Amino acid sequence: MVLSKTASESDVSIHSTFASRYVRASLPRFRMPENSIPKEAAYQIINDELMLDGNPRLNLASFVTTWMEPECDKLMMAAVNKNYVDMDEYPVTTELQNRCVNMIAHLFNAPLGESETAVGVGTVGSSEAIMLAGLAFKRKWQNKRKEQGLPYDKPNIVTGANVQVCWEKFARYFEVELKEVKLSEGYYVMDPEKAVQMVDENTICVAAILGSTLNGEFEDVKLLNDLLTKKNAETGWDTPIHVDAASGGFIAPFLYPELEWDFRLPLVKSINVSGHKYGLVYAGIGWCIWRTKEDLPEELIFHINYLGADQPTFTLNFSKGSSQVIAQYYQLIRLGFEGYKNIMENCQENAMVLKEGLEKTGRFNIVSKDNGVPLVAFSLKDNSRHDEFEVSEFLRRFGWIVPAYTMPPDAQNITVLRVVIREDFSRTLAERLVLDIQKVLHELDVMPSKKDIDIQKTKSVAAAWKRFVEDKKKTNGIC
Amino acid sequence: MVLSKAVPSSSHDASLDCTFASRYVRAPLPRFKLPEESIPKEAAYQVINDELMLDGNPRLNLASFVTTWMEPECDKLIMAALNKNYVDMDEYPITTELQNRCVNMIAHLFNAPIGEEETAVGVGTVGSSEAIMLAGLAFKRKWQNKRKAEGMPYDKPNIVTGANVQVCWEKFARYFEVELKEVKLKEGYYVMDPEKAVAMVDENTICVAAILGSTLTGEFEDVNKLNELLTEKNKETGWDVPIHVDAASGGFIAPFLYKDLVWDFRLPLVKSINVSGHKYGLVYAGVGWVVWRSKEDLPDELVFHINYLGADQPTFTLNFSKGSSQIIAQYYQFIRLGFEGYKNIIENCMENAKVLRQGLEQTGKFNIVSKEVGVPLVAFALKDRTYYTVFDISENLRRFGWIVPAYTMPADAQHIAVLRVVVREDFSRSLAEWLVSDIHKVVQELDEQVKHVTKVVTTQVDITARGGGTDGALVHKSEQEIAEEVITYWKKLVSRKKTSGVC
Repeated sequence: MVLSKTASESDVSIHSTFASRYVRASLPRFRMPENSIPKEAAYQIINDELMLDGNPRLNLASFVTTWMEPECDKLMMAAVNKNYVDMDEYPVTTELQNRCVNMIAHLFNAPLGESETAVGVGTVGSSEAIMLAGLAFKRKWQNKRKEQGLPYDKPNIVTGANVQVCWEKFARYFEVELKEVKLSEGYYVMDPEKAVQMVDENTICVAAILGSTLNGEFEDVKLLNDLLTKKNAETGWDTPIHVDAASGGFIAPFLYPELEWDFRLPLVKSINVSGHKYGLVYAGIGWCIWRTKEDLPEELIFHINYLGADQPTFTLNFSKGSSQVIAQYYQLIRLGFEGYKNIMENCQENAMVLKEGLEKTGRFNIVSKDNGVPLVAFSLKDNSRHDEFEVSEFLRRFGWIVPAYTMPPDAQNITVLRVVIREDFSRTLAERLVLDIQKVLHELDVMPSKKDIDIQKTKSVAAAWKRFVEDKKKTNGIC
Repeated sequence: MVLSKAVPSSSHDASLDCTFASRYVRAPLPRFKLPEESIPKEAAYQVINDELMLDGNPRLNLASFVTTWMEPECDKLIMAALNKNYVDMDEYPITTELQNRCVNMIAHLFNAPIGEEETAVGVGTVGSSEAIMLAGLAFKRKWQNKRKAEGMPYDKPNIVTGANVQVCWEKFARYFEVELKEVKLKEGYYVMDPEKAVAMVDENTICVAAILGSTLTGEFEDVNKLNELLTEKNKETGWDVPIHVDAASGGFIAPFLYKDLVWDFRLPLVKSINVSGHKYGLVYAGVGWVVWRSKEDLPDELVFHINYLGADQPTFTLNFSKGSSQIIAQYYQFIRLGFEGYKNIIENCMENAKVLRQGLEQTGKFNIVSKEVGVPLVAFALKDRTYYTVFDISENLRRFGWIVPAYTMPADAQHIAVLRVVVREDFSRSLAEWLVSDIHKVVQELDEQVKHVTKVVTTQVDITARGGGTDGALVHKSEQEIAEEVITYWKKLVSRKKTSGVC
């Protein structure tokens, strides 16, 4: 005879997740829990919490790719358990990285022979790439100064105040002084003349940005090259240039091929680009390319046999996933030159649609230029009652994430909103965004200004206090 | 009347071709230049997928500590988070919160002196390399500030470690201009000797780095003893030199298997600890953690505050943009497994390591170099290296699909070469037994080959001794000498060139 049990005593493991006790317990926050829980419960709980994160595709703050083709997703998932650094075990993956480096080096017109291997490396992002490039410059400069018998303890780097934070990190962590060319209202990139003036004997390099973070502009690298060449001829200092092409590196070659900014300019010794921005790969990949072997001091390269065979390496990170490197190669061969060109042209088109829509409202100044990274940076013509931060806040309710921020010195009185146009920001989304911005403006127009509220509050508080004081007949005294 | 057209081959619609019928598999894959044209996504997928078949199988890669298998539920979470850029803290507050929870859990696991609900000081990184660089930077900056305050020179910082350190310490030293003072190893003692380490400490030492789970042999260094000796020296000299524990492998083993081993923040001089989430944290490659004892151990001037993406975000990392998948996967593992889950898994690893070790001992050909207490791995050397080396065994094992690395010890034990098998979560007992049997096979084959060569040489020598030389002059060498010459030549052909520098 089979004894049947009542349902409440049945095996806990058959409960559906939402029937189980696991969704009644509060998630551990400070200590690892003692017991295991079923994998379905773990999955469900985490998945559900993450629903409250922003939607990556509506995150218009970021340059970083948020959509890839399903075929590429398949390749990435298959490679998620491959540790990239095991070069001996995964020779094909290593070869794919090398092919990417070669292709990017040729895209940037590195002075290489047809079948010559380029000097470069895949990184986790432009931050790592910039640190490696900066390290190479620092070491080269130190070696040169040592040879000349001159002091080498005060290296500096010249950039614009519009640099992305990773340059400041490089400077602070690697003990290099950062000499920033200040911006001015209306001029939001590094002025090549001012930059060259700031160069001295301790300057390890001048860093120009192709695609400024703030407003997408391309700096005039050619002018910088010309002016710096002259100065080098006068001083004999031989100061080189690095181009931070994190965003612009995968735009300029396709949209502006005649723009000279890369290795065609003799003083440019290294370039970094983010594979995960307009390289059209998910977050986690960047590239650093050097002009030639001579520009990368051999002493910085490590040779290890940890995993069984000799592996030369110049990176900050060691173990990391292989997925993004494979995805980058996928994009390069899947799209080819024409594919990238088409996508960038579409982004540019959609940026124009957005720009024109905003101009039509009559409420905004457009701060970004038409040439450059496809983004639209705009500020309110009149921000006396409501400012850009409030617009940004209100847009969130519609699901859009549009950041607002202040310009760096000396233009910190300017606040802008910035929308980055990525591959997956179609025209319909652009038109929706304009509509929603108009809605937000309407709402703000009828709302009292925060400043009005503050003044009223202050007035009523002051009146009450005055009455209180008069009642008590306090003596006068400055407070 | 419908006119039907015959389809001439020139108007053939190429887009109908299945990939292997198309022209895409006839063209060589571009290697140096970006191709001019696009190709269909199916073709791109297929050609890359097919090339990658020639890579090693990650799960048979016994060289690596890094996780190669996760539950499908976790794979789902990872896939869904691929397009989330971790650094957008304002846009993805939950993901940021998950990182903070992981930091708290790890800090408590390491007995950081914080209150029950106090937030720990720590950060998620891409791996232990980044974690170690951040920890080293913090030590360097603290030491510099202290020396400046004392009016002493601060231009020659150094760090004391064992010669068995992983390469990232050498990277840190070289890239951040800190001198690396290495305590040399010796035959039979393959970790840092605490006494020698403390003897090397001077006023310029920014910290002493101990390893919990040496890369080479899996051993745990005696951090407790180091703490004692260093405390004494600090008292004598007034230098206040701290300790960092590189627990890349051991950090997720010791708390579960060796609870009584005192190695973490329970020791007063330990100021920071790093651990790899992607080793025994059981997450795929791409996540590490560094935890500081308290706020005071992380100089505020190293922390950046940015509003690039629209709101204030404090950050202390070398990398900026990166994927969110591994952080989410780490949190999944913590709540999915809990303390008991991790304990069970590591215990299984130790069991399987024992099976492997015993199997190898039974062949009678190997000395076991790794210890039983430590990271579950087996490092073994050949008893007799006359005719072939561990590098030959490693090479031959590849034919069976196994990737088992061979390498030389660092100075001063570089004459010792070992094979090392790392036992990960997904290395079951049956795989261990297969490996033992395949190693048997390889050793037998190599023995056979040696016998064969010796036989051939002996035959040659016979012919020569009987006056077979073409120039008529008799070469009077003993059989033994000739055999040795031939074998030495053959050995040189086959054995690998070893570079020094363990990582």
